[in-house]
Amino acid sequence: MSAPTRRQIFETRQRRRANGIAAASTCAVLVSVVLLVPLAPGWEAVQRSFFNAEVFANTFPGLLNAFLLDVAIFAWCAPLIAALGLLVALARDLRTPALYPVRLLAIAYTDVFRGLPVILVIYLIGFGIPGLGLPRPWNSPYIWGSLALILVYAAYVAEVIRSGIESIHQSQRAAALSLGLSGADTMRFVILPQALRRVVPANMNLFVALQKDVALLSFIGPVEIFRQAGVYKSLMANFTPYVGAAIIFLAITIPATRYADYLMNITRRTQS
Amino acid sequence: MPTLSLHDVRKSFGGNRVLDGIDLTVRTGEMICLIGASGSGKSTLLRCMNLLEPIDDGRILLDGADISEPGLDPQPIRARIGMVFQSYNLFPHMSALDNVMLAPRRVRGLTREALRGPCAALFERFGLSDRMAHYPDQLSGGQQQRVAIIRALAMEPEIMLFDEITSALDPELVGEVLDVLRDLRGTGMTMVLATHEMGFARDLADRICFLDQGRICEEGPPSEIFSRPREARTRAFLSRVLQGGMAG
Amino acid sequence: MTLRATSAFCLALCGLGVAAQAQDSCASGKTLTEDTLTIATGNPAYYPWVMNDAPESGEGFEAAVAYALAAEMGFSAEQVRWVRTSFDQSIQPGAKDFDINLQQFSITEEREKMVDFSIPYYSSAMAVLTTQRVIDEGATATIDSLKGLLWGADANTTAVPMLTGLIDPARAPLLYGDNTDVTAAMQAGQIDAALFDLPTALYLSAVVLNDGAILGQFPADRSDNPDQFGMLMEEGSALKECVDAALTRLTESGQLAEIEAEWLSQTTGVPVIE
Repeated sequence: MSAPTRRQIFETRQRRRANGIAAASTCAVLVSVVLLVPLAPGWEAVQRSFFNAEVFANTFPGLLNAFLLDVAIFAWCAPLIAALGLLVALARDLRTPALYPVRLLAIAYTDVFRGLPVILVIYLIGFGIPGLGLPRPWNSPYIWGSLALILVYAAYVAEVIRSGIESIHQSQRAAALSLGLSGADTMRFVILPQALRRVVPANMNLFVALQKDVALLSFIGPVEIFRQAGVYKSLMANFTPYVGAAIIFLAITIPATRYADYLMNITRRTQS
Repeated sequence: MPTLSLHDVRKSFGGNRVLDGIDLTVRTGEMICLIGASGSGKSTLLRCMNLLEPIDDGRILLDGADISEPGLDPQPIRARIGMVFQSYNLFPHMSALDNVMLAPRRVRGLTREALRGPCAALFERFGLSDRMAHYPDQLSGGQQQRVAIIRALAMEPEIMLFDEITSALDPELVGEVLDVLRDLRGTGMTMVLATHEMGFARDLADRICFLDQGRICEEGPPSEIFSRPREARTRAFLSRVLQGGMAG
Repeated sequence: MTLRATSAFCLALCGLGVAAQAQDSCASGKTLTEDTLTIATGNPAYYPWVMNDAPESGEGFEAAVAYALAAEMGFSAEQVRWVRTSFDQSIQPGAKDFDINLQQFSITEEREKMVDFSIPYYSSAMAVLTTQRVIDEGATATIDSLKGLLWGADANTTAVPMLTGLIDPARAPLLYGDNTDVTAAMQAGQIDAALFDLPTALYLSAVVLNDGAILGQFPADRSDNPDQFGMLMEEGSALKECVDAALTRLTESGQLAEIEAEWLSQTTGVPVIE
């Protein structure tokens, strides 16, 4: 191993200095939060209402159990969202005149469902369609609530995939067509594989959002974690169960978001 | 026997007339070099020959059949005419071998097994046997362009079109690609090239076409065009290019 | 100038003295605003607790109780101010914007750790709200029959633990954010039955549901875990003692029973679940 160069010595010293300053300022902020917030006059009441150890211990296992329902709803929605999003993205790319109505429908669909609050769609579909008089089990809020989530999120996924398709340079299409490939084969073997790879991080972010929005299904009946927390809150007149639910959500969403950012960085690096 | 002939071909983009009445006949086994300044219409002409761009007016005949008929399915025609681009345009998500095999599998319906031998032979012939499993971003520009040529050849085209295929390469990589063209020339492949490699064009082309403002301003054997150009514009272009070449 | 200011100050002092005399001393200085009793109700407030979502009219059981209580505590009707809160607002930590809050809050031991409740002003029977279709399909007012139904409830109410405690349904109940959503789910056939306090159940059955029906009730005087409504106050509220005393007087004088008879009279005649 050779001796460090002058530049390396300089950079090491700079780095040490920067780390020191960062550590000191972080500590200062942490200490002031930990010391000052409890000095606020209402802190004791807030602590009792939101950070109540006893309530937390009593409700956390129940919340964890309820979260399994969130995971299950996510698990059956996600693949359907991916499939429908892909179909809609492809439908928006149709150039055949006979299929123009399909294209128009796809455009209207993405516009409408991206323009509506998720909760509104869940109410309208979750209560509205079963209200038409469907027999059980076909009127289940699980089915129609999931459909609402699928419709909304597939609209976003479709837009993301379409932007991916459009980001593939025209020369790739030209190269494929010049080889005699059909338009469909060009899309399937050349454009789409590249486009999908490129939009993985954006879609990851959408699916993180989906995992959170699953909680909205609670408005039409299913007792998932948000609703379970609400029941505990009501019974105990205490908001700590919500904090418990938040911790469970973060345990899933923070790693997922970090991972999406990591993928995004890789994609950016390989593209430049 | 004429293979591909163009008659009064016209093409505009917006109000911009890019091809303004092109007449050209490409005979079997012939190698034609298109020269001219950037924007003179060389690339557009090649793309029209391959039906990547529909022409506005005129006709393009392949073995006597009109392939420029509006509404005609361009796919089978494109399969008979190979094209190589300036920017290689390999599919980055596929290995070199898969790049080459895709079109024969999908268009000609051949299996991987059936294609393995012929494809390996092509890679071997162009010195890339050890690069078949590599992805495009693991290959140099020259290697990528050679894979692109192999990809076009794997469709066993009757004509090959080359659109300034050495322009994007580092100077030291140009030679290996030109060698491939020489090799192809030796097999009697019918070829049309848009090129700035004047030395190459002079040595190998059967005919040179000088394009200017969407027209073929002058055409003839290289000896005539490079030594005794008739048109003032040809002379002006050549002196500019050759001086630039000297200076470079 | 000085003279005029002094006399104005005197007048103001006199005015205060008159107001102070007009009210029971127990609430004095303990309300949010002096000489005003700030009472919270739901948003919206439901029939028959408050008629037409207008508590100022004094019509409806809780509105009438509120005015009777205010009078008992020495406030005139003009000195009562109404505000609206959701359930969550009423239990959030920090300064409350009401003195007392009436919206069918059930008194529970666990809630009492966080907020103060008055003594009960109403003991509610719990009733099974359902639709005629479910009854036609054979549901009866027996625990065995009820166990087999698909249940719903308002997640913010004590109906949730009572469902488990009284009925223990075979399938997990579906829970909703408010009455309207419970009835929407029932209308959509997603649930068979829901548990509500009896007056609310009667209202929903008669007015909101298309073919609503009350299958039966669990009477209020059942031995364990009766559902009793209390007025909610801030934890450690200075007013609690005063409110409790006034409520006790209203109960003993029979006035509370009269108000109940006036506004909640239909609650008799619903079959009792065995």
